[in-house]
Amino acid sequence: MSDRRRGDAPGLSTTVAHRSGFARLLRAEWTKFRTVRGWVLAMAAAALVTVLLGLLSASGSHTSCGGACPAVPVGPGGEAVEDKFYFVHRPLNGDGSITVRVTSMTGQIRLPDLTPTPTPGTRRVVSGLVPWAKAGVMIKESMKQGSTYAAVMVTGAHGVRMQHDFTQDVAGRPGGVSQRSPRWLRLTRSGEDLTGYESTDGRQWTRVGTAHLAGLPDAVQVGLFAASPGDLTVTPGDFGGSSAASRFAEATAVFDQVSLEGSVADGVWRPDDVGVTLDPDGSAHHPGGFKESGDTYTVAGVGDIAPLSDGPQIENTLTGLLTGLIVVIVVAVMFITTEYRRGLIRTTLLAGPRRGRTLVAKALAIGAVTFVTGLAAATAAVTLGKGILVANGNYVLPVAPFTELRVIAGTAALLAAAAVLALAVGTLFRRSVAAVITAIVLIVVPYILATASVLPAGAAQWLMRLTPAAGFAIQQSIPAYAHVLGNYTPSGGYYPLAPWAGLAVLCGYAVLALGLAVFQLRRRDA
Amino acid sequence: MRATIEVAGLRKRFGQTMALDGMSFTVEPGQVTGFVGPNGAGKSTTMRVILGLDAADEGTALVGGRPYTGLRDPLRHVGALLDAAALQPSRTGRNHLLWLAHSQGLGARRVDEVIERVGLGPAAGRRAGGFSLGMRQRLGIAAALLGDPPVLMLDEPSNGLDPEGIVWMRGFLRALAAQGRAVLVSSHLMSELEDTADHLVVVGRGRVVADTSVAGLIAAASTGRVALRTTAPAEAMAALAHAGAAVAATGRDTLTVTGLAAEHVVAVLNRSAVPFSEVSAHRATLEEAYMELTRDAVEFRAAGQEAAR
Repeated sequence: MSDRRRGDAPGLSTTVAHRSGFARLLRAEWTKFRTVRGWVLAMAAAALVTVLLGLLSASGSHTSCGGACPAVPVGPGGEAVEDKFYFVHRPLNGDGSITVRVTSMTGQIRLPDLTPTPTPGTRRVVSGLVPWAKAGVMIKESMKQGSTYAAVMVTGAHGVRMQHDFTQDVAGRPGGVSQRSPRWLRLTRSGEDLTGYESTDGRQWTRVGTAHLAGLPDAVQVGLFAASPGDLTVTPGDFGGSSAASRFAEATAVFDQVSLEGSVADGVWRPDDVGVTLDPDGSAHHPGGFKESGDTYTVAGVGDIAPLSDGPQIENTLTGLLTGLIVVIVVAVMFITTEYRRGLIRTTLLAGPRRGRTLVAKALAIGAVTFVTGLAAATAAVTLGKGILVANGNYVLPVAPFTELRVIAGTAALLAAAAVLALAVGTLFRRSVAAVITAIVLIVVPYILATASVLPAGAAQWLMRLTPAAGFAIQQSIPAYAHVLGNYTPSGGYYPLAPWAGLAVLCGYAVLALGLAVFQLRRRDA
Repeated sequence: MRATIEVAGLRKRFGQTMALDGMSFTVEPGQVTGFVGPNGAGKSTTMRVILGLDAADEGTALVGGRPYTGLRDPLRHVGALLDAAALQPSRTGRNHLLWLAHSQGLGARRVDEVIERVGLGPAAGRRAGGFSLGMRQRLGIAAALLGDPPVLMLDEPSNGLDPEGIVWMRGFLRALAAQGRAVLVSSHLMSELEDTADHLVVVGRGRVVADTSVAGLIAAASTGRVALRTTAPAEAMAALAHAGAAVAATGRDTLTVTGLAAEHVVAVLNRSAVPFSEVSAHRATLEEAYMELTRDAVEFRAAGQEAAR
């Protein structure tokens, strides 16, 4: 009989009738969402507040260098780097190698001046090496900061390492060097491949690693180097959180038994204080040094050869997200709890009696709406915010286009997953206030606790691993490097989980909650 | 699909209360079936079980031979009005119908058709939160008709309607049945169904008390009763009682006689010279018949008014 009267409803064309039931439910949920003006306006407000708060915080950030700020070198991978070290070098053409023996590595660290200074002009300097002080042999494309390189080195506390192109680090054997137990290092070039070796006696060699330097030209620089990053100390705060301080440090290494193979120009070593800054009077600020005495070479260096992790990052323009997230949570919860409040859930279940599919359609609808809203908001906040930061003289740490895309799309995905989680919690609780509070306690509160310097760093990191707030990791654009000492805490924007792993934790919570909600919805009488 | 509702042996317990206790009946197409019983008799629960909203502990409920939850595009098979107030107040009436239509693969044109059909007109473009109860009932009917279903189930559709609306609803339901649809209408007031229903399923305490045509029910309740109008009720009572009849006074000058056919009543009165102005076979009202049937089924007549579920 239903067929008898279908003729008078021309909307029932066969194409529509053949569309799957799930697509219809999805469309119905979208119609439901867009026909409540309050929800549409709230979503727009969430986007707007995310953008505006982000831009506001960006416009409050100024940097001035008294003139033009010095250009920050960029490594082969496109990341901002510190490329500051003392290099004693000569040209090498084509394949070849350098072999040295390191017989000593020492250093000094300058402590803060006492106030008041007992004798004017005295500096409190103690001897010591910072863990990532480094000295060894290097082959580098050119003297240009940021150019490709590979190096084998001994370090202050991390044994022998082979590093290349700033971000790459391979561990060799542990242990330091001394007169009694020197370390032999060798770096061999074959085309674009550089292989590092180490030895304790100069006869038995162990390969440390091989680096492929794409586009390495025929003519390169080969030599000895030394560098020492600042002495970073992280102090736990009295009320949670931590503060970091960095002190000037210098490393000095003694090399002998230097031998070169390959097409190396005869003549003298050329010392260069790469990346040294000059004081107003034209003298070098914290210069390194080089001393040659017979076959023994002493090289002292300051600085580091490593990616930069300090400075404004693109995700700093997304500080408004937290407020937008709370609005999204409220809308997503209301999307289901108003149905319970009005008894409309029964109508929904009459239209879609297979309850699991109906709730999944609802989750997908609110998730998609949130994703699109979040995508627009994050794109605007990052793009415009970056412009404001740069216009204010800030140097925003550059990232690869894919990373920027990941931060923007990931932020949208973070919002969407949070919306699904909130909807599921709303289904379980059936009451707006309880569900909103629960969703905020699950997602927003752990994030605030972890980043607002109220918890010890360890506790903050566990929160960012275990709670749905782990999803915020998708926003971290600059990775934490194991071979660069940094204050890698959530409050500094560094999360313990990798970006996608963090987002996966949040999505896992959302899926789990949705599964529970489906189970409950099926079990309960409506 | 054959337009029927078949309910067989439904049992459902809410805590200590047996809400449904072997509920069984069948709703046939082409007629309005009244589903009647006091509040708490299990009407709404039965309807929710048929529609897959509540799960029964035992028994089956089929629509056109299939469980509701197995229907594809269920609103094209069954239209239901359970609670006309179940609306998102800030959504317009038309948009309420639109999302329902989209869920069944129907378009906006069908929405406008049903809006016309129930006479909601331009009011459908207003927010549902501002609708009067009568407008909500019409919107609910429109929603039930959206999929042009062969089976309709309406829970207390006349609630809150003004007299004009009640008359409209009555005619509307009759017209839908005349098109061959199965129409099940619940009510706790028999008088509401008197002019609407062709068939009655009377329930009490979670089970069917009577399943009969309206005409049959009235005939059964009227059997053997004679109404008598007389200016001398005392003499009439004495004479008729003497002749073996049971007599009850129903008014100042009216009596109801049971156990004696009308022609015998006339003969006895003539013989005893008792004056009378009218003797007629008594026709019970549906209400009386219903009261008779549900007398045992009504629990807590005073206290149970709220236990509608």
